[in-house]
Amino acid sequence: MISKWFKSGDPWIWMTAGAVSVSLLMVFGVLGLVTVKGMVYFWPSDVVSAQYQMKDGAQVHVVGEIYDDELVPLQRLRDAGEKLDVDTEFVERVLFKTGNRDILGSDFRWLLVPKMLEQNRPEDLTVIERREWGNLYGRLKSVSEKGKLVAEGDNVWVVFQQRVKRVENLFSQMRSLEKNEIGEVNYELEKLRLAERRIELSGQEDHQTQKKLDQERSALDARYKILEDKLADLYTKLQRDTYVVEVMGGKTVEQSMAKVVRAFQPNAMSIVDKLGHYFDKVWEFVSDDPREANTEGGIFPTIFGTILMVMIMAVLVTPLGVIAAVYLREYAKQGPLTRTIRIAVNNLAGVPSIVYGIFGLGFFVYFLGGSLDQLFYPEALPAPTFGTGGVMWASLTLALMTLPVVIVSTEEGLSRVPRAVREGSLALGATKAETLWRTVLPMASPAMMTGLILAVARAAGEVAPLMLVGVVKLAPSMPLDMNAPFLHLERKFMHLGFHIYDVGFQSPNVEAARPLVYATALLLVLVIIVLNLTAIAIRNHLREKYRSLEH
Amino acid sequence: MNSDSGITHAIKLDQLQRDRTRLDLESEEIALTVNNLSLYYGKSQALKNISIKIPKNRVTAFIGPSGCGKSTLLRCFNRMNDLIDSVRIEGEINLYGENIFDKSVNVSDLRRRIGMVFQKPNPFPKSIYENVAYGLRIQGVNNRRVLDEAVEKALKGAAIWDEVKDRLHENAMGMSGGQQQRLVIARSIAIEPEVLLLDEPASALDPISTLKIEELIYELKSDYTIVIVTHNMQQAARVSDYTAFMYMGDMIEYSDTNAIFTNPSKKQTEDYITGRYG
Repeated sequence: MISKWFKSGDPWIWMTAGAVSVSLLMVFGVLGLVTVKGMVYFWPSDVVSAQYQMKDGAQVHVVGEIYDDELVPLQRLRDAGEKLDVDTEFVERVLFKTGNRDILGSDFRWLLVPKMLEQNRPEDLTVIERREWGNLYGRLKSVSEKGKLVAEGDNVWVVFQQRVKRVENLFSQMRSLEKNEIGEVNYELEKLRLAERRIELSGQEDHQTQKKLDQERSALDARYKILEDKLADLYTKLQRDTYVVEVMGGKTVEQSMAKVVRAFQPNAMSIVDKLGHYFDKVWEFVSDDPREANTEGGIFPTIFGTILMVMIMAVLVTPLGVIAAVYLREYAKQGPLTRTIRIAVNNLAGVPSIVYGIFGLGFFVYFLGGSLDQLFYPEALPAPTFGTGGVMWASLTLALMTLPVVIVSTEEGLSRVPRAVREGSLALGATKAETLWRTVLPMASPAMMTGLILAVARAAGEVAPLMLVGVVKLAPSMPLDMNAPFLHLERKFMHLGFHIYDVGFQSPNVEAARPLVYATALLLVLVIIVLNLTAIAIRNHLREKYRSLEH
Repeated sequence: MNSDSGITHAIKLDQLQRDRTRLDLESEEIALTVNNLSLYYGKSQALKNISIKIPKNRVTAFIGPSGCGKSTLLRCFNRMNDLIDSVRIEGEINLYGENIFDKSVNVSDLRRRIGMVFQKPNPFPKSIYENVAYGLRIQGVNNRRVLDEAVEKALKGAAIWDEVKDRLHENAMGMSGGQQQRLVIARSIAIEPEVLLLDEPASALDPISTLKIEELIYELKSDYTIVIVTHNMQQAARVSDYTAFMYMGDMIEYSDTNAIFTNPSKKQTEDYITGRYG
């Protein structure tokens, strides 16, 4: 009976189906975890106020958000000297974000729930996001302008919000000034310096050009002076207001308004307000620059860097892979040599990515980049231009790494183009090259796209080799900007994958950054999915167009 | 092997309503001359010392059992066998006196002069229009007006214009097999070759499509020299002016089609056309 059932093959079907289900469950489980943990980060959770009983029996006032909770065995706590009058086996413990790092020294502390007395959520507790020192939790007391009190008591919240808007406006003006106008002047000045140095190196200094350069420089300096004054002016304006907050424990502190990003009172917010706040935060996350060592703010530069690098890689790897595959499949005489090359190509796909990183560093960055600098950018030396990691070298390294997949799948595609079609073309007087170009390659293009999809999927998530050839924790400027020639391939860039590593493991404030890691991971997955879906859509379109292999 | 397995008697030429006038090879203008052609696939010899003259503006049919070398011989005319690495050819084929195996001959030019239609329809996965324009585009013709005219002329020449004129820019893969084969013929005649080689052009088609192809062959012969390979002896009898019977790489008999089918001079030929072997 059993043996018959075995012979029927059913157990294998059940086994394989089971394995597939387990794999799918795991994949969706991971995605679900990342999504939930990542999305929750932006939700404004309630601020709790409580009296906490310390070990020595003293009570302290705590204010903050509950971030995480866990169960701890009672015995362990008793051993640690905690006095608890409960008789459950486990005691709930919460990770409590008190914020106020500048006042308290750290953002987080673990609190035992049974010892949190008089828990309540007063509506006037305010969360103030700042550009430095993380969040501030407390009760807003007053707002002052140039040391003069302007609001106190009931209307303080309204006035405060107005002033936050003003600060936000001023700050964005300052940033745009720094990034665009001043950035441009600096770029021009640097170009000027290089031009001068170039002339100096070539030994063709003459008064005329020197004078011209000096003129340009003084013009730029004058422009810079004006901008600097403007900036200083904005800065003083920014510093005008201060506010006073009563933080936990009843202490009051006065702070400058200049550092405030946004303020909200989560306990008083309706669900609609919270949703608005939520999407505001999500938008900030995907569109803004990071701040506070990447633990706050957005990650736009990393998204941009990842996509740009993958695009450049795709542009580089496709022609190389296709040409190699065409040679191997169509032109090379099939024999031991081509077999060896194929084996080598297949093995290249299995080389650990860090090895490619080391190769990229040695060959592309030091050798090629170094030579390029000697030849074309001697004026900038000893500061390297191409002789250091950059988005171009990173893309090239990844292109090299993903080359085997493109070669293999293109070859596959070429071999599937029917002989009859090739002969049809040849019989019309087309040469081999014309046949390839006009008929065979278009018909193999879906297979090339398949290769590219695999390449993109691998490259977008790669981190290890990138750390050697151009990814940085914080890039001062993006590889694409408004200064000619707009695309700066020699610049270092930020990358989602590396960002996850950096924020999650290299951050000074790991607890605060952890949700950000989930959110970043979610975004990385989304970016890869979008890139892949785009490529798949193109492939399906091509398949439809060149559908003939069926017969 | 024979698509018309019912044949047990010699072909009744009267039933095919053939013109009974005798043709004389000696009085024809010759397009292709094959002299002592031998072909080897590696060590095995596929064609043995073949000599034959293909007359201009006539239909010449090659018949014979599978593997007799008729397709191989046909593929020699436009040097399609060059694509196979192990092939070695001795002897010569002259197209109007010029040896096509000569080093000075450009293979692409030769194939423009000698077009070919294959057993299975092999349209490109492009539009009907682009399929027909393909050969001209290869030659560098990109003028829209010239192409439009040539495409229309070729499609009319292949008797398919009326069926496709409203959907010229649809994908050719959506046509029926018979239409595809006529499209492929149109594609071949669009570049106005001198000789048209047909390698079992109707073997993958239904009877009605076959009939259309045969009618087409009949019409095309006023403009082109046609060489056709066929398994179907009735087809050979219907469409051809001259017939060559091949067997095991040898050219057994070659003469006027009427003579072959009514009065074969060799026993082997007679046996084959009466269905006694094959």
